[in-house]
Amino acid sequence: MNLSDQLIQFLLSGFATGSIYALIGLGFSIIYNATGIINFAQGEFVMLGGMVTVFFLTSLHIPLPAAILGAVAITTFVGLLFERLAIRPIRKATPINLVIITIGGSILIRGLAMLIWGKDTHAIPGFSGEEPIMIGNASLLPQHLWIFGMTTLAIIASKVFFNYTISGKAMRACAFNPRAASLIGIDVKRMVLFSFVISSAMGSVAGFIIAPLTMTSYDVGIMLGLKGFCAAIIGGMSSGLGTVLGGIILGVLESLGAGLISSGYKDAVAFIILLLILFIRPQGIFKRAESERV
Amino acid sequence: MKRIALFSVTLLLLTGVIPAFAAQPIKIGALFAITGPASFLGEPERNTAQMVVDEINKKGGIKGRKVEFIAYDTQGDATKAKQLVNKLIKNDKVSAIVGPSTTGETMAILDDVEKAGIPLISCAAGSKITDPVKKFVFKTAQNDSLAVAKIYEYLKKKNMTRVAILTVSDGFGSSGREQLKAQVANYGIQIVVDDTYAPKDTDMTSQLTKIRGSQAQAVICWGTNPGPAVIAKNAKQLGLKLPLFMSHGVSSKKFIELAGDAAEGIILPSGKVLVADLLSKNDKQKQSLISFVKDYQSHFKAEGDHFGGHAWDAVMLLKHAIGRRGEAPAAIAAELEKTRNFAGIGGTFTFSPQDHAGLTKDAFVLVEIKNKDWVLVK
Repeated sequence: MNLSDQLIQFLLSGFATGSIYALIGLGFSIIYNATGIINFAQGEFVMLGGMVTVFFLTSLHIPLPAAILGAVAITTFVGLLFERLAIRPIRKATPINLVIITIGGSILIRGLAMLIWGKDTHAIPGFSGEEPIMIGNASLLPQHLWIFGMTTLAIIASKVFFNYTISGKAMRACAFNPRAASLIGIDVKRMVLFSFVISSAMGSVAGFIIAPLTMTSYDVGIMLGLKGFCAAIIGGMSSGLGTVLGGIILGVLESLGAGLISSGYKDAVAFIILLLILFIRPQGIFKRAESERV
Repeated sequence: MKRIALFSVTLLLLTGVIPAFAAQPIKIGALFAITGPASFLGEPERNTAQMVVDEINKKGGIKGRKVEFIAYDTQGDATKAKQLVNKLIKNDKVSAIVGPSTTGETMAILDDVEKAGIPLISCAAGSKITDPVKKFVFKTAQNDSLAVAKIYEYLKKKNMTRVAILTVSDGFGSSGREQLKAQVANYGIQIVVDDTYAPKDTDMTSQLTKIRGSQAQAVICWGTNPGPAVIAKNAKQLGLKLPLFMSHGVSSKKFIELAGDAAEGIILPSGKVLVADLLSKNDKQKQSLISFVKDYQSHFKAEGDHFGGHAWDAVMLLKHAIGRRGEAPAAIAAELEKTRNFAGIGGTFTFSPQDHAGLTKDAFVLVEIKNKDWVLVK
């Protein structure tokens, strides 16, 4: 197998992993855009999406589509509870306090998941079988197509929502200036709650869609959450294409790094990019610098 | 009235107090990582050890003396292990100690048991625990080097000389990698790709693509779940035709469940407990293995694994040693060293003053995964 064939496989693998990061990153940017806080419990929503699906499939023997719907419903409910019990009571706090609260929340959710389901890793069968699809000499799994499809759907939906619906515009207004937003009659608290509901639902979608590929356990949320955060930062916390491109850049660089240099540097690649961007272009590589920081 | 009172006092003394003088229990301490990241080791080990001790006591103890079993949870933390080993030695005054579960914890407490002269039977695999030999330290888990030897022996038989190795970047993987590299010369094997992955990685197609482009004739992957299952799936996705070998780190049904169809045809070295009922009647370990698997199943409604087996071996070795010359720590250590051909779960143990690990590569068998189950590789 020659180098160009290998390169195509590296790019394809990177693209697939990157789409996963992008889907998770979108969850981060939605809450950031509505509230100005970074929700570090986002990775736990991803974990819940996968683990609840596994629970429904293996313990209750519910068919896959129903198990998935159930997992999204439960994760969304957890997101709603999380906002109600941990974020809303201290809305007057500074963003940094809230960010730390989300870290605490993520540890709590992870701990509860461990107590309920134990520490084992679980797998879900692929949605459309596991026969690889060959593209030249490179290959993909049918599950990757599900991920691409779901990520595309998520970008389109969030684009439409934030730019063309009243609720979406109201949410953006809240992030920009909560006081002004409430003065013109937007219910800020409801918008914040709403943003947690959307992003926990989106996290759970990422969770069940990647579970057949990467498998799931109570602690997958940490690393996936951090990679998603990385993707969102590269994309400048945009709730659309920026984050998606961020995720794909990250995935491709990781894959090339592991394939051409050494896999030891794989995670280092991600976090060096994260640090560089935070130092040099904190607004992300696709956004023009804002004159006013929110 | 006075007489009745006297009589009852005498009765009380006879029934309550006097038997306590007669049989002080033999105290055996244990340190296991029952919770925390290594709990997949510590939990079955604690369960098994407790089960064996209960069984011994039910049958009247060791030479009529009950065994008191004191187990502490180290949470996989070497600092905790060091505190708890001193508690076992100084407060509980145990005669011998079973555990800890991991190599790191064991290394941390070696000095303490050596200084106190209390025999320790570790359930961890690292070969440096008993190399060089310490007077009071033994171990029951098989050395990695034996598993590597088992795979290389098979490769040599099949005339495969070029291998790619893919190891996880944690303690288990790097110890395996050291052994894989150290033993190549003995078998005329050449490592053409030497790559690693991180324990939480979710996609290893990059590494496998590189291996596909190399001259390798076989791939050896060294890790614990879930990484190897991801690798099996990725290899299938890439249509990798090379035979895939795994380590004994995934020798459990869990791996087959995780990897699904991708597990078919994978070969790995495993302790014999996995294939207890497939072994030939002449196998010396068969009786121990079957009784362990059956007991564990009836006590805990789960399949006994080789981790629990390490604790089974440790407690049984102690039982025999104490049965021969009593519970004085120095006598236990001396008797352990004289153990010959003890057919346990992890293998057939023969200790000597030069060898406190006691196993040969016959402790492992090679198994292949076929139709979601194990078959012995001849």
